[in-house]
Amino acid sequence: MEKLRITLGAVSKPLESLKIKTGDWGAEYPVIIEENCKGCGDCVVYCPDLCIELVEVNGEEKKKKVAKVNYDYCKGCGTCSVVCRHDAIKMEIKEIYRG
Amino acid sequence: MMKVVRGFYAVAYSVKLCKPDVICAYPITPQSEIVENIAQMYANGELGNCEYITAESEFGAASILVGASATGARTYTATCSQGLILMSEVLWNAAGMRLPIVMTIANRSLSAPLSIWNDHQDSMAIRDAGIIQMYVENNQEVHDMMPQAFKIAENHKVMLPMMVCMDGYKLTHAYEPVDLLSQEIVDEFLPPYDPPVKMTTKEPYTFGSYATPATYMEFRAAVYNAMERSRKVIEEVYKEWAEISGRNWGGHIVAENCEDADVCVMAMGSLVGLVREVVKELRGEGKKVGFIKIRTFRPFPAEEIAKAVDNAQKVVVFERSLSMGSDAPVTLDVKAAIHKKAIDVYSPVVGLGGRDVPHKLVKSTIEEVIEGKAKPGTYFKGLKDYEEVVV
Repeated sequence: MEKLRITLGAVSKPLESLKIKTGDWGAEYPVIIEENCKGCGDCVVYCPDLCIELVEVNGEEKKKKVAKVNYDYCKGCGTCSVVCRHDAIKMEIKEIYRG
Repeated sequence: MMKVVRGFYAVAYSVKLCKPDVICAYPITPQSEIVENIAQMYANGELGNCEYITAESEFGAASILVGASATGARTYTATCSQGLILMSEVLWNAAGMRLPIVMTIANRSLSAPLSIWNDHQDSMAIRDAGIIQMYVENNQEVHDMMPQAFKIAENHKVMLPMMVCMDGYKLTHAYEPVDLLSQEIVDEFLPPYDPPVKMTTKEPYTFGSYATPATYMEFRAAVYNAMERSRKVIEEVYKEWAEISGRNWGGHIVAENCEDADVCVMAMGSLVGLVREVVKELRGEGKKVGFIKIRTFRPFPAEEIAKAVDNAQKVVVFERSLSMGSDAPVTLDVKAAIHKKAIDVYSPVVGLGGRDVPHKLVKSTIEEVIEGKAKPGTYFKGLKDYEEVVV
């Protein structure tokens, strides 16, 4: 088997931590209901892991901005679903944790 | 140059000759005058380009040195007792980050109750951190140890912090004749620190980064293996020092008259001088007693000790600290070292919190073991009869 490479003193270069997908940790994950989302950005402000950004999508009449979650690093804390004023974020349990 | 100096100065002067880049400390009795002496040298401009930083606490001092060492600086601090255990979180990190910070520990007891006097409880409290520990007998030895400590810690096969432990008061405050080293001899012996990795503002790194269960174990095994590798490096450095300085302090241990001894007596730190004298006296009286000075405590010289006590039936370990709920720390390691041999281990605990350890006490303690009047195990000597009452 190939040897595991570890660095002296656990030293790492900038941005190497991106390789560690902390999104694995969560038991739940947020789902954005795009038709409810007004693009207010409250969830973006409150997300403790900087895992939500607003992206442009095509709405019924014109383009609008909605929340998009980065599931690689979202730990599923649920803060976004609590602060959302428009019922646009619901928490789901990950498949592997369903009974 | 032979001079009568105090232990503080013997350390400070030697540290100066090692040309550290960053020194950071917080004063604590009985270490204070070590860093006061260094601060004075710094103020006098004797430390070259060295940065001397006064920290707000020992936690701060150790943290500053972690940062400094990560940038490739040769780093030094001194502390003891509460200061050392306040540093402990940072020190475990320094070991894991493989930063060769060198420290002098002016061994002092731990609270509670508050005591400023000497025993070995402080350094024992962080024996598992991954920091090399060695204990000195006198102020010449501590003076000689500082350049050796930098050389051992900074060896690329090792890269671990190192503590040189000297007994508080008994050595720090004592005036002794010390043959002060010359800059030439230290320069010849100790090359400048060549860091295998260092961070700069242009090349930033994270030291001791986060490790998941997928890699943590390998990082910890690497620290363990570095400590194992240090055994050989330490011995080589001890030997090289003997050649270059003409003073041979021995290896990990120094065994005297153990070959034919029925009873081998061990001690560490400033107690060594007294115990050695008592053992000599007992040999003069025809008793088959040997003496072992333990110099390196981490890594523990198990093989050397097992070999030295091979012909003995009894071993006496003079202990200067406790491990609550088990045998005293040195005894635990000695027992592990000789577990296959039929040897009884006697562990008199003496001199906690600066309690005097007189000649008579050491002699009678050893005699009791020789005469079969003592029971193997951990017991106190020089302890008063006491009764614990509610205020």
